[in-house]
Amino acid sequence: MTKPAAHLETAIVEQDTHPMADLLRMDRMPHIWCSGCGLGTGLTCFIMALKETGIPEDKVAVVSGIGCTGRVAGYLNLDSFHTTHGRGIPFATGLALANPDLRVVVYSGDGDLVAIGGNHFIHSARRNMDLLVICVNNFTYGMTGGQAGPTTPISAKASTAPYGSYDYPFNIPYLAIASGATYVARWTSLHMRRLKNSMREALPKKGFRVIEIICPCPTAFARKNRLGSGLDLMKHYHDNSIIKHGADPREADIDMNGKVVCGTFLDIERPTFRDFQTENIATQLGGE
Amino acid sequence: MKYWRKPLDADTIKVPHGKIYVVREQCKGCSFCVEYCPKDVLELSQEFNKKGYHPPIAVREEDCVSCGLCELICPDFAIYAELIEEGETTEETPKKTDKTEKAEV
Ligand code: SF4
Ligand code: SF4
Ligand code: SF4
Repeated sequence: MTKPAAHLETAIVEQDTHPMADLLRMDRMPHIWCSGCGLGTGLTCFIMALKETGIPEDKVAVVSGIGCTGRVAGYLNLDSFHTTHGRGIPFATGLALANPDLRVVVYSGDGDLVAIGGNHFIHSARRNMDLLVICVNNFTYGMTGGQAGPTTPISAKASTAPYGSYDYPFNIPYLAIASGATYVARWTSLHMRRLKNSMREALPKKGFRVIEIICPCPTAFARKNRLGSGLDLMKHYHDNSIIKHGADPREADIDMNGKVVCGTFLDIERPTFRDFQTENIATQLGGE
Repeated sequence: MKYWRKPLDADTIKVPHGKIYVVREQCKGCSFCVEYCPKDVLELSQEFNKKGYHPPIAVREEDCVSCGLCELICPDFAIYAELIEEGETTEETPKKTDKTEKAEV
């Protein structure tokens, strides 16, 4: 066999040489996510952001619920826990309260966080619990076959809405801000660097922080709505997303043909649950 | 009016150069890396991996600026670039010799 031209040689390597291999459970790779699914891109951004913050690995815990995004906890080589459906936030609340030094991240999907776990989401925001919630929104229940969920846009088709959904969807930044979150951002999985920077910025903060990632689901959502491949959706985000920091979240609704407003909607500070708790106990016990 | 000028340090700045590594069996052929590489370095190969996908190859590796975008966008942890330090050649990176085999295309 003739030797190929030098410029046509590409080095093929084993998975454990990958720069992120230390923070991934490589024995579980390749992961279950479909070709063209954006979940892996979001996870890459998270790992990079975590490395950039310099937070030690034993000071971070990641909690997920159920669903395609719920697999994140199982793939990260950190202290991580895969909870029952919708219960990532209550589990994480326990971790955060028992160990104030721990940076606790809830990494889950839209259905898990704002439908099944919706009550936990709003009340944890109201209490301003020290949690970073990363909510991947792909507008559907991907793992179970593409049912309509809390974020499915009006008129979008789903396996439970063959003629199009006619429920008003949640606008996650608006929901988070109205409930009391202190940091709220939204990016698509195409905005890798901005998403990573947002995660890096939010990881060390206190209070209830929410980052929404708009993510392609070629297998369920895109197929039912004839939107094409993962790459087609990335191109769609490129053409249809606008970055508007500090935008009014009421204008950030997502519909099938409109624009996706991205950016940091809110970044404020207000006393957290722990601040009140510490202060209250000190007052009650007379400073002892 | 001119809006641009030649940077003062243009003759001392060197464009970084990268070498591409592909974890072939982990790729799912989504072509995100191919589409978004700013230097058009990558193409999907004709070969299949075990799962039946076409992993990318660096057809214009000499143009790679080691920007890291392919690594960041790949949903499957299947590609990364390494900055080639000045004076090094692209031939063999010593610490990888045990893991690296050349793909013939
Ligand atoms: S079903 Fe959708 S969300 Fe789930 S892995 Fe496949 S593409 Fe991703
Ligand atoms: S490092 Fe940048 S220039 Fe090099 S192949 Fe990857 S995306 Fe292209
Ligand atoms: S982005 Fe990753 S999975 Fe997609 S084609 Fe490139 S190497 Fe393969």
